[in-house]
Amino acid sequence: MNMLFDRLFGSGRHTITVDGDFFAGTAAVADAEAVIIGTRNKAAIGSGLALKVAAAILAAVREDDSLSRPPRTIVFLVDTQGQELSRHEELLGLNGYFAHVARCCDLARRHGHRLVTVVHGEAVSGGFLAFGLMADRVCALPDAQVRVMDLRAMSKVTKIPYDRLVVLAEESPVFAPGAENFWRMGAVHELWSAEDDWNSCLASAVFHAGSEDGRALLGLERGGRMLAAAITGLVAGS
Amino acid sequence: MNVKPTCYFEASARTRIAKLVDPDSFSELCPPHLRHSSPHLARLNAPVAFDDGVMVGRALLAGHPVLIAGQEGKFNGGAVGEVHGAKLCGLLERALSERPAAVLLLVDSGGVRLHEANAGLIAISELMRAVLRTEEAGIPVFALIGGSCGAFGGMGIVTLLCTEVVISEQGRIGLSGPEVIETVKGVDEFDSRDRALVWRITGGKLRRVLGDATRLVDDDIASFRAATAELLGKHAERRLPASDLAALTEEHEQLSARARRYDTARDGRIVFEEAGFTELESVALMPVDDFNRHLEGTP
Amino acid sequence: MEQFVMTFPVGNRQSEIHPPRVCGVVSSGNLEVLVESGEPGDSCRIDVHTPAEGFRDIWNAVLGDFVERHPVGGVNVTINDAGATPAVVSLRLDQAVELFRSEKP
Repeated sequence: MNMLFDRLFGSGRHTITVDGDFFAGTAAVADAEAVIIGTRNKAAIGSGLALKVAAAILAAVREDDSLSRPPRTIVFLVDTQGQELSRHEELLGLNGYFAHVARCCDLARRHGHRLVTVVHGEAVSGGFLAFGLMADRVCALPDAQVRVMDLRAMSKVTKIPYDRLVVLAEESPVFAPGAENFWRMGAVHELWSAEDDWNSCLASAVFHAGSEDGRALLGLERGGRMLAAAITGLVAGS
Repeated sequence: MNVKPTCYFEASARTRIAKLVDPDSFSELCPPHLRHSSPHLARLNAPVAFDDGVMVGRALLAGHPVLIAGQEGKFNGGAVGEVHGAKLCGLLERALSERPAAVLLLVDSGGVRLHEANAGLIAISELMRAVLRTEEAGIPVFALIGGSCGAFGGMGIVTLLCTEVVISEQGRIGLSGPEVIETVKGVDEFDSRDRALVWRITGGKLRRVLGDATRLVDDDIASFRAATAELLGKHAERRLPASDLAALTEEHEQLSARARRYDTARDGRIVFEEAGFTELESVALMPVDDFNRHLEGTP
Repeated sequence: MEQFVMTFPVGNRQSEIHPPRVCGVVSSGNLEVLVESGEPGDSCRIDVHTPAEGFRDIWNAVLGDFVERHPVGGVNVTINDAGATPAVVSLRLDQAVELFRSEKP
C-alpha cells in the first residue's frame, strides 16, 4: 500500500494505519491535510466495514467542527468486490448500514468537506454505491475495474448470447464493465494514466470537486448517457 | 358503503396509486403516451414499456399534496434503468420547487436493471443523493413496500434513506436477494426456497421489529393509505428534524449496537424472541394490529 | 423482436377525441395496450411490438376480431407484447378501449 500512498501523497507525507481490509489516516493533499479512508484486498463490504467507514467520516466532521478549523478534504481509496453476501448481513439489514454511510457522506458534504474518490482496485455494484459513488468527484487509476456484472454472468441472467453482448458492448457503455464506460456516463470524472503525476492529479481533483450532483449532464456531454438529464428535467419541470 | 379491500401485493402500480390517493387526484408526469421507453432494452431485443416500469406524478392524499412514484414490479422486476431512474430523480427534484407534504415512493424493485446495469447503478446513486437533498430541504420521503419484488439491491439502500418506511407483512427489504446469495454462496448459506426462513430474514414483521420499517400494515391498499395519511398528518405538525452530527452519531451507535447484539445471528428467530415474541409460530400468524400493539407496548 | 403496423378500415365511424389511456403490464405472457385518438378518422391503426416472431397471421385475426367488436375510427393502438396468448390480447384490447371511451373527451 505504501507505494500507492507515496505516489498519491508523496513519500513521507502520509500517516495511514492499515487494519485488515480497512485503512484510515491523514495525508498531504494540495499542501493541506486531508483525511484518508480506504479499503483494500478487493474487500467485500459488510456491516463491520461500513461502520468503520462511517465512523471515520463522522470523526473527521466532529474533529474539524470542534477545532473550528476549515473542513478537510476526505479522500476515499476504493477497492471493493461488492457487498458481502451472507444471511447474517441480510438479517442485520446491510442496506441500512450502507444508507448510514451515505448519510455520513452527505453530512460531511453539508459541513463543507470535499469528498474525492480514487478507485485503486475494483469498484463493484453495491459496494461502490456504499463506498465511493457518493463522493463529489470520482477518479480511477489505470488498472481500476469498475463494474456491476461481468458479461458472462449477465448473459446467464438475461439469456442474451455472450457473443452478442460483446458486440453490443462495443457500441454502448451502458452495461459492460470498465472504468472507461463509467467515465463516458459521467459517474467517473477522471481517468488517470500510469504516466500521470497522481499527486498533482489528486490536487486538481480536489480543486474541481463541486458539491452539486452534475453527473447526468456530464454523461450527456460525454455522449454516454443521453437520456438521464432530459428525462429528469422533464419530470422536474425545470 | 361496502368497498371490497384491494390486495396491495397483487395490484399493478397504476392500481396502487389510483386507490392510494384521493379519487381522481393523480395526474401523471411524463405519461406513457410520450413513449419514453428504454432504448437500451430495445437494443437488446427485450420488450419495453411506455413508462419504463415506473409512473410518477402528483396527487392528493387525505387532502395533502404529494408527489408520488410507483414502480411496476411485474415489468423486469421493477428494476432501475436510465429512464426509470431519471423519472424518480426528476420527481425528487420537482419536490424542491413544488414543496409537497411528502414524496411517496411505492418501491417494488430488485434493484439495478442488468440490461443497462451501469446506467442503473449510477441512477441509484443519483437517487440516493436526491432523497437526501429532499429531506435536507425539510420534505419527508416515504417508502411504501408490499409488492412481489420488495425493496432490494440499490432500492433497498434508497428505502433506508427514506424518512418513513411503511411495509406489509408480505413486503420484504434487503440488499442481496436470497436467490443471489444461494447462487454465489450455496444453499447452506441461504436456502431461498425456505419461505419461512426468507420471511424471518427479510419480511415486514422482522424489519419492523428491527426498526428499519416505521409502520407495519395489512396487505390491502386502504391500510397503506390509512398509515400514509396518519404519517402525513404527523409530519405536517412538526418540521423534519435535521440529520445533523448528533443524529448521525446516535444512528451510528444504534447500528453498532445491533451488529454487536446479533453478532453471530443468522435467523430472525432471536430478534423476535428478544422483542418479547416468545412463540415464533404465533408471530407469523399474529394479526397486524395485535403485533403492532405488542411492539409499541400500548394496551 | 418484430414490429409491424396493421390498419383496419371501419367506414365513417370517427370516435370522439379522448385522452390517451394505457392498460396492462409488460410482463411474461402479458402485454400493454396504449389507445390514443389519431388519424385517419375512418380507420383503426394498430402498431404491434412483439418478441414472438412469425405470428403475423394470428395477430391479423385477433386484431381483425377486435376491430369488428369495436369499430372505432380515428384511433391508434400501440401494443408492447411480452408473449401474450390471443385470448389475453383480446381481453386487454377490450379493456383498453373501454377505459379509453370512459374518459371524458
